[in-house]
Amino acid sequence: MTVVTNQQTVSSQAVRATYDVASIRSDFPILEQSVRGKPLIYLDNAATSHKPRVVIDAISHVYEHDYSNVHRGVHTLSERATAAYEGAREKVRQFVNAKSEKEIVFLRGTTEAINLVAQSYGGANIGSGDEILITAMEHHSNIVPWQMLCERSGARLTVVPINESGELIAGQFEQLLSNKTKIVALSHMSNALGTINPVAEMIALAHQYGVPVLLDGAQAMPHMSVDVQALDCDFYAFSGHKMYAPAGIGVLYGKAQFLEAMPPYQGGGDMIRQVTFEKSEYNSIPYKFEAGTPSIADTVGLGVALDYLDSVGMDQIAAHEQHLLQYATEQSEKIPGLKLIGTAENKGAILSFVLETVHPHDIGTVLDHLGVAVRAGHHCAMPVMDFFEVPATTRASFAMYNTIDEVDVLMDGLKEVIKVFG
Amino acid sequence: MMGDLRELYQEVIFDHNRNPRNFYVMEDANRKVEGFNPLCGDRLTLYLYVQDGVIKKASFQGSGCAISTASVSLMTEMILDKTEEQTQQLFETFHKITTGKDDEVKLEELGKLQVLAGVKDYPARVKCATLAWHTLDAAIKNNAATVTTE
Repeated sequence: MTVVTNQQTVSSQAVRATYDVASIRSDFPILEQSVRGKPLIYLDNAATSHKPRVVIDAISHVYEHDYSNVHRGVHTLSERATAAYEGAREKVRQFVNAKSEKEIVFLRGTTEAINLVAQSYGGANIGSGDEILITAMEHHSNIVPWQMLCERSGARLTVVPINESGELIAGQFEQLLSNKTKIVALSHMSNALGTINPVAEMIALAHQYGVPVLLDGAQAMPHMSVDVQALDCDFYAFSGHKMYAPAGIGVLYGKAQFLEAMPPYQGGGDMIRQVTFEKSEYNSIPYKFEAGTPSIADTVGLGVALDYLDSVGMDQIAAHEQHLLQYATEQSEKIPGLKLIGTAENKGAILSFVLETVHPHDIGTVLDHLGVAVRAGHHCAMPVMDFFEVPATTRASFAMYNTIDEVDVLMDGLKEVIKVFG
Repeated sequence: MMGDLRELYQEVIFDHNRNPRNFYVMEDANRKVEGFNPLCGDRLTLYLYVQDGVIKKASFQGSGCAISTASVSLMTEMILDKTEEQTQQLFETFHKITTGKDDEVKLEELGKLQVLAGVKDYPARVKCATLAWHTLDAAIKNNAATVTTE
């Protein structure tokens, strides 16, 4: 079990006494609309989540009051912008319980964070004959950067297989670890299946072989408390937009000893200390990896989103979503011809399924007419689709603001789909 | 079914989806092209037997959504005994219908394609309907590469 209670994530804001989903919903302006004449029911949260009013307001506030470039000028606005930007870094540090704010690198998202590690750490440490160990449930963004590295370096990609439930096959991971393995990269929670991997145990095992581990936390972060020190992961990558923060801002956590030894990812402003035409001296971490003017307002928005999550409480959110998932799973079993794809014992709030006679795109279009937004497709996990021998699935993914009533509308919609197409 | 969904899913589409026409592997085909929309998961193989510039036989295999299946099934019926030039005209007509330029199309040209006119209101589904026709276009031009409309 990797859900770690982290006392330090509880900020100065008081945690709400009870989980009041109606009050949470009222914090999200976009949910107050109708789609095709029906109240919007947004169940595509694994693709991206909506933003609470406080985050939207925070972005406006930066542009209206505190906007300037960071780490540059001596003028007041620049100092304010820098304080807000660096304040967000400290919030992230607390939220994931990193040892130092120097270990928090701001990037565009999970994809960029993984690419950074593959190119910088991988480029310097992984060569011909080495192995990179991933799993069969990875998102394309935790496959392709490593394949690109393999092509450049002559390293080999090895893959931990999954079983019919969508869980990693116990024992296979250790079997595939060897002294050739130079890094392990795996998802904390699968976007296509919902599987939560036993990452703490896997990290401990990898460390016995001296192998560093990168966790793709894009899906896990919105759903559970994450403590990078308790997990002892070497890198943790995640995106703001899936956890109620703005799109275009993400984080790479990396242990300082790794980040310090790694070469820069991109060259430019802010990542250097001194430049001459003969040689440039690079800035210290994390700035060494933050070339160019960052997405300042979005970064501040991320900090505010983390405050918001703290105010609700990650453990309360996890409990609410588990309740939704359990109810949705039970109800889905009553629908004839529905097959769940991903039935792991330890699972996040994702319901991926196929109907015997109806293609996911037709399901998606009919549900849209009922106001229900779901994802239909391969979810950027084509190897997962191949394993289950389906061209695509329909995926309902839940968030902190979804309700049991919405699950009922989804299930009624699926019955309608079967009536129409059956 | 919910009101305006009928515009998209007309009875003819359900019929072709449940019972696709010309759904077989053509052993003696002299044109064979794959169409694949990986994001949707729509996949088809189109087989043609072309003689003296005329399509004498057309069939397909594959799996996809109701719109893509009905579209290719209908197409294999419509292009029979048509010259390559005539199928090109059909393709253009089809293109106008699915992109909402159907006012440029004369009523008599529409024929069975009319049932697919509803997709113009569903931009995300246009590519489902057009996959068959772009695959046909490649087959006629003798392009071997897999076709996609995504």
